[in-house]
Amino acid sequence: MNAGAGRLAMGKQGQTTFSASSGEASEKRGLSLFPPVRVATEPWQNPVRAHHLLVLVFLIAFPIFATPFLTYQIGAQSLAFGLIALSLTFLGGYGGMISLAQMTVAGIAGYMLAIFGMSGEAALSLGWSWWIAVPIAILIAVIAGTGIGWLSVRTEGIYTIMITLAIGVAFYSLCLQNYSVFNGFQGFQRVYAPTVLGINFREQTPFYYLVLACAFGGYFLVKYILRAPFGVALQGIRDNPRRMNALGFHVIAHRVAAYAVAAFIAAVGGVLLVWYNGLITPNSVGTSWVINILIIAVLGGMRHPIGPFIGAVVFVLLQTFAIDLFDRERFNLVIGSVFLAIVLFSPDGLLGLWAAWKRKFLKPRGGIK
Amino acid sequence: MKKGALVRTLASAVVLAAFSGTVYSQQEVKIGLLATLEGPFAAGGADGMRGAELAIKQRNGMAGGRKIVLIKASSDAKPDVAVNATRKLVEQDKVDIMVGPLSGGEGIAVKEYSKTQPNITFINGSSGAQATTLVNPSTNFFRFNTEGAQWMVGLGKAALDKGYKRVMVIAEDYAFPYSQVQGFMSEFCRIGGKVPLKAWVPLGGKDYSSVIARIPKDIDALLVVLGGADAVNFLNQYEAAGGDKPMIGGSITVSQDVLNYKGKRRDSLVGTISAGPHADAYDAPEWKAFVADYQKNYPVSSGAYPTPSLFALVYYINMKAALDGLDAVKGDLSGGQAKYRDTLAKMTLKTPVGDVKLDANRQAIGTAFITEVVKDAQGGLHNKVLRKVDGVDQMLGMKKEDFKVGSRDEPNCP
Repeated sequence: MNAGAGRLAMGKQGQTTFSASSGEASEKRGLSLFPPVRVATEPWQNPVRAHHLLVLVFLIAFPIFATPFLTYQIGAQSLAFGLIALSLTFLGGYGGMISLAQMTVAGIAGYMLAIFGMSGEAALSLGWSWWIAVPIAILIAVIAGTGIGWLSVRTEGIYTIMITLAIGVAFYSLCLQNYSVFNGFQGFQRVYAPTVLGINFREQTPFYYLVLACAFGGYFLVKYILRAPFGVALQGIRDNPRRMNALGFHVIAHRVAAYAVAAFIAAVGGVLLVWYNGLITPNSVGTSWVINILIIAVLGGMRHPIGPFIGAVVFVLLQTFAIDLFDRERFNLVIGSVFLAIVLFSPDGLLGLWAAWKRKFLKPRGGIK
Repeated sequence: MKKGALVRTLASAVVLAAFSGTVYSQQEVKIGLLATLEGPFAAGGADGMRGAELAIKQRNGMAGGRKIVLIKASSDAKPDVAVNATRKLVEQDKVDIMVGPLSGGEGIAVKEYSKTQPNITFINGSSGAQATTLVNPSTNFFRFNTEGAQWMVGLGKAALDKGYKRVMVIAEDYAFPYSQVQGFMSEFCRIGGKVPLKAWVPLGGKDYSSVIARIPKDIDALLVVLGGADAVNFLNQYEAAGGDKPMIGGSITVSQDVLNYKGKRRDSLVGTISAGPHADAYDAPEWKAFVADYQKNYPVSSGAYPTPSLFALVYYINMKAALDGLDAVKGDLSGGQAKYRDTLAKMTLKTPVGDVKLDANRQAIGTAFITEVVKDAQGGLHNKVLRKVDGVDQMLGMKKEDFKVGSRDEPNCP
């Protein structure tokens, strides 16, 4: 009861403070309650701006002027990875919990889709239709992700990273060595996107729009949650869990709920990624991908839910084209150097670079801080 | 005026497009080459690239009267990465022919992708999964190398000739060793051998004590299908545990790592038999010429191996097939490459290890070599060719309806 009341109050405070539309008294109260909290809500007060529309039109029109290859391999793949990294940004940037198990959650969804749905392994797959297999896959992944969260919220900082990394590696080993359910080293081949209402989502352009729709969904879901009482409380917990606890918030419950939300986003990304690749193998959930998701999130910047998508675009572009720029045996050096440079010059990733640039050139005195 | 220019440009583009069919034969042919330059097989992938490049160098970069342009891509032995790299070569770089990838899982994934690009010809790199050509084969995916099970044909008989009637299997737990074990067992079981126990160990496992403890007393030999360094690990631990059974090796087991083994049981390695798609000591002139050519083009100082690895050989064979096919059709890739593919399917390919023909699934029928470890005058260990088996097909001498793809439990003869 107490916690509920507190949360309600908090929500009100959050809204009044940031929409800046109510009276003086409440504003004062709001300020006194959490003065330094770095809640990332500045952009939402702004109405739709020209560059929002520009990005929207660009994304929707992308398949028209880009080749099918760019649409699929760069566009769809980046958005799918961006969605998985978004779940990490949500957890890490707004919940203060760096979980390396987000790729694992996505992988669980992918594996479940292959197991309950159709794949090339007729003996192991149940062959159910997509409309029943997809919800089951996402549900199981959300349960697993919540479980992972429940296990790891008892830890902080580096220990959270360690425990989620351990879970990720354990799941990889399980997939690699279990043949009766996960089909071991080979995994599942021929896991394809379905044809719905006459639209074949295996085709490049429809698949791009499917991923784009899911990416929009994930993006606005995160944006909505961050403004909602729950999200504001989560950011409060990130900044000062003890004070939030004292205010009557159930810190652990909020954190576990954040894991559940993140698991849902990652699971959707995982389903899309399996459809994108048409297969899932233990390597898809191996350590390198577990870390790559972290790289994508950090690269883009964890300050804003658009960060992981920007990071994913840069990551996928580098993965695809670095080999053309540089000697074939050394091209990983390019990828590594770019990552290093971005992290070195801007701890906030590409978004941080952008903000710094804006501070310097656009609004000499405009305070982002 | 501006509008007129635009119309003219468009018109000329249309004319160009219409004529491109005829102009094309004078142009270059783009070949995409995919190998793993990252991850666990990076060294093998680099050598595979050397082999493929050697095939192009040998004809001065021309085939069928057209210049060959090679575009390379890399993966890290993961199927999804391999498909991404292949998709880039085919859809972005617009290659005409695709050669690759390197490992089994990648091969299956690229084969599935090849079905979505029916106008491009895909030729395998060195991937050796049985399922690639046996399960849901693709009409535009060709494999001119034999695979893991075919490599072991003849070894079962050689083992029985040595008096090994009961053999225990110790192998890594994934598709390639399954095929290797199947290649050995299908023959071995057919002619009366018994395999009472199979131990599947995790890939990259370092501790074999639990497996060693399970080795029965009444067996005659161990079939060890482990990668080179793991095989040495196993030998060390087996020696420490007081084991004394002779070893039969898989195709990648009796490598230089094993031959350089310095343990007390070193001498017991003499007489170890194994089988594979090539043998360093093979004395046919084609093989010697290939080795000499490799050594001339890639001296050890440039990072190459003293003798070409399996990957170099197999990539060489597949690239040579692509180029020989181009020669045979005189560079004509028109009509969705139908004529080219038809030629590939029917040709007899000359390789350093004997002639190769394709079966109905576009899979190679080729030669397997049985080798035995011998000791030379200086006390060094070498592999010597015991005999070779020609015309090994993917059915391993079985009827199509009896054949099952190898797995943990298939075949079985306890």
